Amino acid sequence: MTYKLNPDRQTLGNELRSVFVDTLDELMSQNPKIIALEADLGSASGFSNLVKQHDKQLLNVGISEANMMGVASGLSLVGYQPFCHTFAPFATRRAFDQLFISGGYAQTTLNIFGSDPGFTVGPNGGTHTSWEDIALMRMIPNSIVCDPADGVQLAWLIKALAKEKGIHYIRANRKAVRQVYEVGATFEIGKGNILKQGHHVAIVAAGQLVSEALDTAEKLSDMGIDATVIDMFSIKPLDDSLITSLSKAHTHVVSIENHSVNNGLGSAIADVIAENGLNIKLLKIGVNERFGQVGSPDYLQNEFGLSANKILAKLLNFLA
Amino acid sequence: MIMKESKAVASYETVLKLRDAIRLDTLKMLQHMGYGHIGGSMSIVELLAVLYGKQMRIDSQVPDWAERDRLVLSKGHAGPALYATLANKGFFPHDWLFTLNEGGTNLPSHPDRLKIPGVDATTGSLGQGTSIAAGIATGLRLSGSDAYTYLIVGDGELNEGQCWEAFQFIAHQKLTHCIVFIDDNKKQLDGYTADIINQFDIQKKLESFGFMTLKVKGNDLKAIDDATNFLKDQEDTAVAIVLDTVKSQGVPFFENLHDNHSVKFNTERYQLELQKAIDELAARVTIGGENHDL
Repeated sequence: MTYKLNPDRQTLGNELRSVFVDTLDELMSQNPKIIALEADLGSASGFSNLVKQHDKQLLNVGISEANMMGVASGLSLVGYQPFCHTFAPFATRRAFDQLFISGGYAQTTLNIFGSDPGFTVGPNGGTHTSWEDIALMRMIPNSIVCDPADGVQLAWLIKALAKEKGIHYIRANRKAVRQVYEVGATFEIGKGNILKQGHHVAIVAAGQLVSEALDTAEKLSDMGIDATVIDMFSIKPLDDSLITSLSKAHTHVVSIENHSVNNGLGSAIADVIAENGLNIKLLKIGVNERFGQVGSPDYLQNEFGLSANKILAKLLNFLA
Repeated sequence: MIMKESKAVASYETVLKLRDAIRLDTLKMLQHMGYGHIGGSMSIVELLAVLYGKQMRIDSQVPDWAERDRLVLSKGHAGPALYATLANKGFFPHDWLFTLNEGGTNLPSHPDRLKIPGVDATTGSLGQGTSIAAGIATGLRLSGSDAYTYLIVGDGELNEGQCWEAFQFIAHQKLTHCIVFIDDNKKQLDGYTADIINQFDIQKKLESFGFMTLKVKGNDLKAIDDATNFLKDQEDTAVAIVLDTVKSQGVPFFENLHDNHSVKFNTERYQLELQKAIDELAARVTIGGENHDL
């Protein structure tokens, strides 16, 4: 792991769909065994831009997500490394048995990019909202589940997972998000990144909410509360030892995720705390027993309690 | 010329013997277990005999040979018939067959590619094998291989929407080397498909999806072989064969049984009839050849 924080945390990076496509472009040029699959969202993902350069390594299966996962499984059985994209709920909820049986159980290799998870879905509304994709993917034995903080981490993840066999799920916004890391950063799957070392409270976040976690820590600092901030992009495998070590210097831990509080990052942390009898209080910030609804991403982020102000309020209440 | 005729007769005898051996071993496996998917296993015995006895490029000593043809048994509940086939082809020891469904066995009820030499895809959750076969065929074509992928789908399995997703894909991609076989035995677990979800005309449906489709008697070795050869000669089109089969095919008493998807051999009559079929198969002399030079 060699990462540095981007000094200007307000800077937006490249659109994540561009990061996804550009990274695949680079990988495909190096490796003819990499195949990108789409389910008629090529113009949404930017996949269409790949067609000219790599038409033999691209498959648009049409609006058939279950079929896409099966085709990808078959491709992997004859030596290919498939990368499938569709929106997060269709990549997971809709095609779950295919992921589970044709993928996980049969031990094929599937790299899945589920885009626009949680509030990032924006105006596509409740039907297109996924608050449960991490929960589903965690349930597949030996799966890897990641929620990258920014484009630097997303690009690194795609390259890292392209070298691995197994079932891998990455979720991310398609649009630009604030850039947490400097270009060139490297990470380690299964290891959380300590972005700010403090004490008293540890904030463990994933995905683009890592930026909110850093913002929150800054505000806490102004109030005289010194918080640790951790980017737990690797939700499975989880960095259990880091969670364990937090209990030595902190009395409180807060998880923040763009996901249901059931069986996502917060639950994974809760398991570690409970199973190891750690003396630390946990607050899980996420979505609680609600379906999605329509609105802009900003509206939804606030509506579902995941905006910086709402996070801060919950956190202060927890610390009080 | 003599060489060719001699080869043809020998080939037919091989297939005929394999057919009887698959049927016999499958029935013995089910007898040993006391129950099982006799209906859908029996209805693909002839198909398996033609594929493994004549059509497929395989090497049982090198099950994962890269140049091999693949077979995806999407109707995974017919696993026992596939296992009997693979054992007779020498992929694994014959005595494995009598561990079917036992705890820790290499032979689970439905095919598992990680446990069974010669099984190319894990199937059993119906519909999923169709897409896997499509992916295998796509990959083989992309890698420049001329190997075939044989996909066996049940007519009841066609209830699953994923089959039609995969068929659209196979037809659109013109996967000439993915040969789709539909085991049209007209029944599924709860009864006749016509009473549960009518399939209408499967051949016409496949043709409307863009498949060149042939319909043949599913117990006719020569017809299956001829149709396969004919479709292998086609270029630029997806191909399919609808096999007109009978559930529990080749075992008259169980063919006529109303509920014959999965049978429990727990009555004296069933046990006697099963034993009778086994005895007849075991005693059969496979001479054949007069009307069936493959």
